[in-house]
Amino acid sequence: MTALRSSAALRRRRAATAGFHLGAGALAVLWLLPIALVVVTSLRTFDDISAHGLGSWPRSFTLGNFPKAWSDGGQQRALINSLIVTVPCVLVTLALAAMAAFALSRYEVPFRRSLLLLMLGGNLLPPQILLIPVSKLSELMGVYDTLPALIGVQIGFGVGFYVFVLYGFMRAIPVEIQQAAVVDGAGPWQIFWRIILPLSRPALAALSALSFTWIFNDLLWAITVLRSDTKMPITAALIGLQGQFVSMWNVIAAGSVIAAAPTVAVFLRFQRHFVAGLNLGAVK
Amino acid sequence: MAVLTASERTSPAPSPPRGRWARGARRTPPLVLAFLLVPLLAESLWVFWPAFQGFYLALNKWDGVSAPEFVGLGNFAEMAHDEVFRTAAVDTVLWLVVFGGLSALLGLGAALLLQQERRGVGFYRAALFLPVVFSLVATALVWQAIYQPDGVLNRLLESVGLDSLRHAWLADQDTALYAVIVPALWRQVGYVMVLYLAGLKGIDPALYEAAKVDGAGRWQRFRHVTLPQLRSVNAVVLSVIIIDSLRSFDVVWSLTRGGPYHSSELLSTYMYSTAFQSLRLGYGSALAVVIFVLAFGVIASYLVRAFREAD
Repeated sequence: MTALRSSAALRRRRAATAGFHLGAGALAVLWLLPIALVVVTSLRTFDDISAHGLGSWPRSFTLGNFPKAWSDGGQQRALINSLIVTVPCVLVTLALAAMAAFALSRYEVPFRRSLLLLMLGGNLLPPQILLIPVSKLSELMGVYDTLPALIGVQIGFGVGFYVFVLYGFMRAIPVEIQQAAVVDGAGPWQIFWRIILPLSRPALAALSALSFTWIFNDLLWAITVLRSDTKMPITAALIGLQGQFVSMWNVIAAGSVIAAAPTVAVFLRFQRHFVAGLNLGAVK
Repeated sequence: MAVLTASERTSPAPSPPRGRWARGARRTPPLVLAFLLVPLLAESLWVFWPAFQGFYLALNKWDGVSAPEFVGLGNFAEMAHDEVFRTAAVDTVLWLVVFGGLSALLGLGAALLLQQERRGVGFYRAALFLPVVFSLVATALVWQAIYQPDGVLNRLLESVGLDSLRHAWLADQDTALYAVIVPALWRQVGYVMVLYLAGLKGIDPALYEAAKVDGAGRWQRFRHVTLPQLRSVNAVVLSVIIIDSLRSFDVVWSLTRGGPYHSSELLSTYMYSTAFQSLRLGYGSALAVVIFVLAFGVIASYLVRAFREAD
């Protein structure tokens, strides 16, 4: 009797597990399908696509689309532009945000809460309200259509959110650690550089993975302060590629793969930090 | 401002009067002020000052070359008669409801399905999450290929005998907006799922045990334990979704640029094309103010929440 019941329970559990994998697996396939499609398309020849259509089973294989997008389509230059913007942006934004968060969370700065919320509020503003003045401002400062303008606005717009997140993180660091350092004669710089910053490494890692993808993927600010094709980052260049290689889906797909590769690489490498970053900012 | 006295420095840390707040040094050293002022200056230069200008420009007529002409609320009065503005406003609301609602529902559904730690679940989560790191532009191009007349979607419909549904999805005024929402959803669901997964992880398992003992079924446990426990996550997801919806630009811009005939126009795309293609900078600023006003409630409540947390 008991043996019978337990074997029935086992069977039921097995069925539930199989059901789960079936459902979740179907969902995963559905989600990965568009990515698979673009990868496959990037490996097909133009003749194959024009003869059989985009939706057909691939009948050809070529790696030639990548060099075409890379050099003829200007993806190489665009990728370099993107990295020139993204890397300093991530470093400077996080450095500035860490400094501000340190000041606000570890010292009794007057109006610290209002300042914190002011900075967060700046990041929550819809960027549309800033577009026209920012483009005019960069003209006024003589940096319109240069990468430094894009770097500047990305830093200015992003910093508020990172201050808010890092503030929450740094506030949780026990005060005794800092007091011990003060007793040993450490100044604010030493406390910041030797104690708080190393202890904030998990948050900094999470935020850098996150901000890398955000800045790298941005389109709106780029097309607001840049004009020349040669200066556009990869997102804007991808739209340009579409205009240049109209209906040559194999080249466009190769361009998309090139544009997505860096962020996907960052995600796969830092997946845990990445997910942690999203939660750090939102769920508290 | 309290001043750090010698006695305070040497006495063993007296228990601070206001809990977490009275911590660290009691005087702000100049270096720390500089630490704060530099980032604040950067944000003032690129955000606060432009924002003020943006609001002011909304009261002007300006082509960007000649001097701006002050028209007061004239730009807003013009919106009342602007057909395209009306379309964009309706589409933006539709976008909020359809894109926002579905991403919350699907994200929660995915989180519920994938919340248990079991073999293979990491892979499924990663699969759903992968599109989050794609740029919306790359996302849009992928879907453009899918929506092509000879693309995958039409092939699929053909192969299951639904030829009548074949469509130029992005070129049809009736379907363009929805065709744009799908890629946006594809990208957003994984993000919302992560937020909900974290929320679900935070629920005390004892609550479920207690509910089970009381004879609550699966649905009752979800309705009376899970949902109330997720309230704070819901608030976050809601804010994120509303702010994201009002900002949505990249995916529409790269798929349709708001067309055909403004049928997929959002306030954000209309604002951009008005400002930078029609060079009507004053009217564009006024549209931006409308977007700001729509977002304001969310921003304000977000800040109120943050204010409470920062305390």
